Amino acid sequence: MQQSPIIQAQRLTYEFISHDNHIRVLENLNLSIFAGEQVAIIGSSGSGKSTLLSLLAGLDVPSSGSVQILNKSFSSLDEDGRAAIRASSMGFVFQSFQLLPSLTALENVMLPLQLKNHPHAKELSSGALNKVGLSARVLHYPKQLSGGEQQRVAIARAFATQPAILFADEPTGNLDNATGQVIIELLFKMNAEAGTTLVLVTHDAVLANRCQRQLKLVNGVLNEVVTA
Amino acid sequence: MNLSVRLAWTQTLNLWRSGALRVLVFSLVLAVAAITSTGFFTQRVETSLNQQGGLLLGGDLAVLSDHEIPDRFLKRAMNQGIATVKTYEFASMVVFGETNQLSEIKAVAAGFPLRGDLTIGKGPTDIGQVVKTTPNLGDVWLEPRLANLLNVKIGDKVEVGERQLAVSAILIREPSRGGDMFGFAPRLMMNAADLPSTKLIQYGSRVKYQLLLASSPQKVNQYSAQTKPELGRGEKIQDVRNARPEIKSALEKAQQFLGLSAMVSVILAMAAMLLSSLPYIKQTLDAFALMRCFGASKNVVLQVLAIQTLLIAFFSALLGVAFGYIGQLGLAKLAGSLFLEALPPASAMPVLLGIITSVAMMFAVVLPHAWQMRNLTAMNILRRDTLTQPVSAQAKFLPAIVVMVAMIFWQARDIKLAYSTILALSLLCIAIVGISYLLVGLAYRLFNLSTQRPMLNDIKIGVLGLKRRFGLSTLQMIGFSMGLMVLMLLALIRGDLIRNWQASLPADAPNRFVINIQPAQIAGVKQFFEQQHIKGGTIFPMVRGRLIRQNGKDLGKTQWQDERAKRLAERDFNLSWAAQMQSDNKLLSGRWWTSQEYGKPYLSIEQDLAKTLGIKLGDQLDFDVAGTPLTLTVTSLRKVEWDTMRANFFAVAPPGVLEGFSANYISSFHLPLGADAPMNQLIRTYPNLTVIDVAALMQQVRGIMQKMSSAIEYVFIFSLIAGMAVLYSALVATRQERVTEATLMRVFGASRWQVSVAYISEFASIGIIAAVVATVAANLLAYYLSAYVLDIPFQFNLTLALSAMLGAAILIPLAAWLVLRGFLNVAPRQLLNSI
Ligand SMILES: Nc1ncnc2c1ncn2[C@@H]1O[C@H](COP(=O)(O)OP(=O)(O)O)[C@@H](O)[C@H]1O
Ligand SMILES: [Mg+2]
Repeated sequence: MQQSPIIQAQRLTYEFISHDNHIRVLENLNLSIFAGEQVAIIGSSGSGKSTLLSLLAGLDVPSSGSVQILNKSFSSLDEDGRAAIRASSMGFVFQSFQLLPSLTALENVMLPLQLKNHPHAKELSSGALNKVGLSARVLHYPKQLSGGEQQRVAIARAFATQPAILFADEPTGNLDNATGQVIIELLFKMNAEAGTTLVLVTHDAVLANRCQRQLKLVNGVLNEVVTA
Repeated sequence: MNLSVRLAWTQTLNLWRSGALRVLVFSLVLAVAAITSTGFFTQRVETSLNQQGGLLLGGDLAVLSDHEIPDRFLKRAMNQGIATVKTYEFASMVVFGETNQLSEIKAVAAGFPLRGDLTIGKGPTDIGQVVKTTPNLGDVWLEPRLANLLNVKIGDKVEVGERQLAVSAILIREPSRGGDMFGFAPRLMMNAADLPSTKLIQYGSRVKYQLLLASSPQKVNQYSAQTKPELGRGEKIQDVRNARPEIKSALEKAQQFLGLSAMVSVILAMAAMLLSSLPYIKQTLDAFALMRCFGASKNVVLQVLAIQTLLIAFFSALLGVAFGYIGQLGLAKLAGSLFLEALPPASAMPVLLGIITSVAMMFAVVLPHAWQMRNLTAMNILRRDTLTQPVSAQAKFLPAIVVMVAMIFWQARDIKLAYSTILALSLLCIAIVGISYLLVGLAYRLFNLSTQRPMLNDIKIGVLGLKRRFGLSTLQMIGFSMGLMVLMLLALIRGDLIRNWQASLPADAPNRFVINIQPAQIAGVKQFFEQQHIKGGTIFPMVRGRLIRQNGKDLGKTQWQDERAKRLAERDFNLSWAAQMQSDNKLLSGRWWTSQEYGKPYLSIEQDLAKTLGIKLGDQLDFDVAGTPLTLTVTSLRKVEWDTMRANFFAVAPPGVLEGFSANYISSFHLPLGADAPMNQLIRTYPNLTVIDVAALMQQVRGIMQKMSSAIEYVFIFSLIAGMAVLYSALVATRQERVTEATLMRVFGASRWQVSVAYISEFASIGIIAAVVATVAANLLAYYLSAYVLDIPFQFNLTLALSAMLGAAILIPLAAWLVLRGFLNVAPRQLLNSI
């Protein structure tokens, strides 16, 4: 069965200039992820995991190399073309939740749907909040919610658009262990139900272990971690 | 304490580097610069305008008396370093050969005029040269009219009292010539040192003694205040205002306008500071939460906060004062060409005002937060419990509002102006909150109706942005709206004021008056109009009548309280008749007669006269007209603009009432300045006529009004710049939030177009609401101020209203988009602090 990868990165290089030094975060990095896979990207802090993730999601542009998502090459698209792909196929969960403080939980979940002018934004959003167990908190503002609850709102927001790919960048990084555990369970449960491709960035080995594939980022290069 | 200072210093530097402080400092500096430069400039312009007025008095202040000016008044002036000069005015015959002519003689001591100048020439038609001297000993200067009447030339000797004095020049223009327009005989000016030898002033002579004074405004005011209570019988003090009614009201209005502009720049500056303090406060609170966590005590934190606030306020104020001074220099240079004499130097008062404003405003903004922090634990602050603390959002602005109100009262210098402005501003806030509340509700309801058009959807997202930041958006709207409102107010009032001035003295306003025309000469005068192509020349009849009874009560026996009323009652009235009311009169009560009422014994009276004499609508007035009794009923009271220099009458009857009495006619018409030949010809034809030429005086008054108009324009432009600052800080105030939100929308796949549409529609709503409310409020306030403070006709300006609304609806979203645009091309990842 020769299936084409849903995400493909080739010879990806990312560098920036700081105080006249070229600092290379990613160097000639290659990566293929197939539909339905759960991939963990691990590495120490500052190794470039978030950078890689933002390149794969088209949130930033590489210094050289290419990224293909769903057979479309990012390099042939402009900022808005990449945004269109994000809108149609991607969901995000961030370490720092990234909820808008001026919106209620429900409105936060609705925002991506509203941007797509989805006719059932409200129903889908309350459904998603219901699934993450926050049906009682729909009208609460982020500051009235705990960290774990905020991240659950973020997960509801990510799944509400039924994305093909979900990017999660250290989703438990800002949470205590027990809460983190609950969030992970929820994330994997929702992912399994929706059959979404999951790209998870973490430095937590236990969390990484729950994914089918683990890739370790060291010195700007990815290595497949062979698990027993 | 030392530690606190050091902490505050580093904290301030950090805030500066992070950018949170820059906008605040920018608007603080701008605010102070705007306040001080308008302060500096208005003060200088005001002083200059007063001096302009002084030209018409010949000094800044005059002590008048019907006897020799007491020495103590002169000594006081000399002790205080005030320049003085004495003049004497009286009527006397001037003789040349066989002709003699009653003249208005003015003897002036060396130094006259203290303010302004004189123009003298070699002949009555000479353009002349400007001088600042008096006639030499043994010389006299004659007005062209007197020279014509006596038929004298330069070098001839005229008899003045017991002296022979040589005519050394023709006095073409004497700015300080004033007084009763219809009363004056032609002028002869001589040196006061020659006066004793003429022997004209003797016991019982009616002489107007005058001591002119000139110095800085403070000294003059102080002198006036000290001297007023000591004035004896027959003595009075005059400044420009009460000496020259035609200038008085224009001057007062110009000053009120300058006060208004100063107040407006204070309002604008405060609004800008308030708005730009928001991001700063947020960052500061973060820093202080951390300090508390690291173990700083509550007191240390508060101290650091206080020192930091003071540092920012003080240095911004210094910078602002410097910029304000420079700005004002430029302004003065720009305006300098418009003012004859250089503007007087600026004073230090605005510096103080700038620093006080800055410090007061900064503390007013920071204080509520400090108050709140006082009771919070470190944990509270970290968890951002601040937001649910008892100090509500409105209360946070309370001190700032108190400071603002105080500043408005201070700057406006007019209670009515201040309270009506504050009322209008409060109404504006209420209207904005109400409207944005309604609009958000409406948009929310609209949202439930899904739309097929993606663009409409983006617009809805934008309009809903108002709800997402209800507090901030409302504040932003209030900021925009206040800025727009006060600017429009200035624009409206400025237009009204200048239009009013222009209308009060149109270019073709009558500038020649001919009195004592006999009925048989009317045809001749009309012919003269035709020959000279004079359009709009008018001839009014005048019948002399003495008021003897009011409602049957004999007035001869009344003890008049008022000196003026006594004079008026003793004097004959000039009764006139007219079919139509003169266009510059305003009917206050009663009504004007219809054509059916011609011949009825009605009378229309001027309001001031009615008030002085206690005449009311419906009163029966008995006149004695050349021995014949005449009873008239007061059917209307009129307001007359005396400062328009038109022929006007205290008492007017309908046609068909006074025609039977012997009348004498007065004519007014326009001839260009210097057109003396035709006038002389008219007088030669009818030697009994008296001509009063106010062309030169009018030219001068017009020049002063021109300068006032220019001053007003300049100050207006300055306020416009301050207004821009408010709009800018209103935009920047919420930039951080908006960038974050836009970025997040882009992460979720919104295109830059979508984000732009959403933002532009959000700001368009903000702009439109702000502009509509501002337009309504500005017009209401302008109407009130025009009617009740400035006393000028208000004119609704549709073009201004529409262009302001359109401009705001286009420019505000455009500016917002320009602020955001830079961020739209940066990769989202770079804009999210941490993903
Ligand atoms: N545009 C940039 N400018 C400066 N430094 C950058 C930029 N992008 C990434 N970095 C740096 O690259 C390194 C990798 O960052 P990141 O991808 O966030 O690491 P990780 O997520 O693995 O902790 C960090 O040191 C980060 O500061
Ligand atoms: Mg990271």
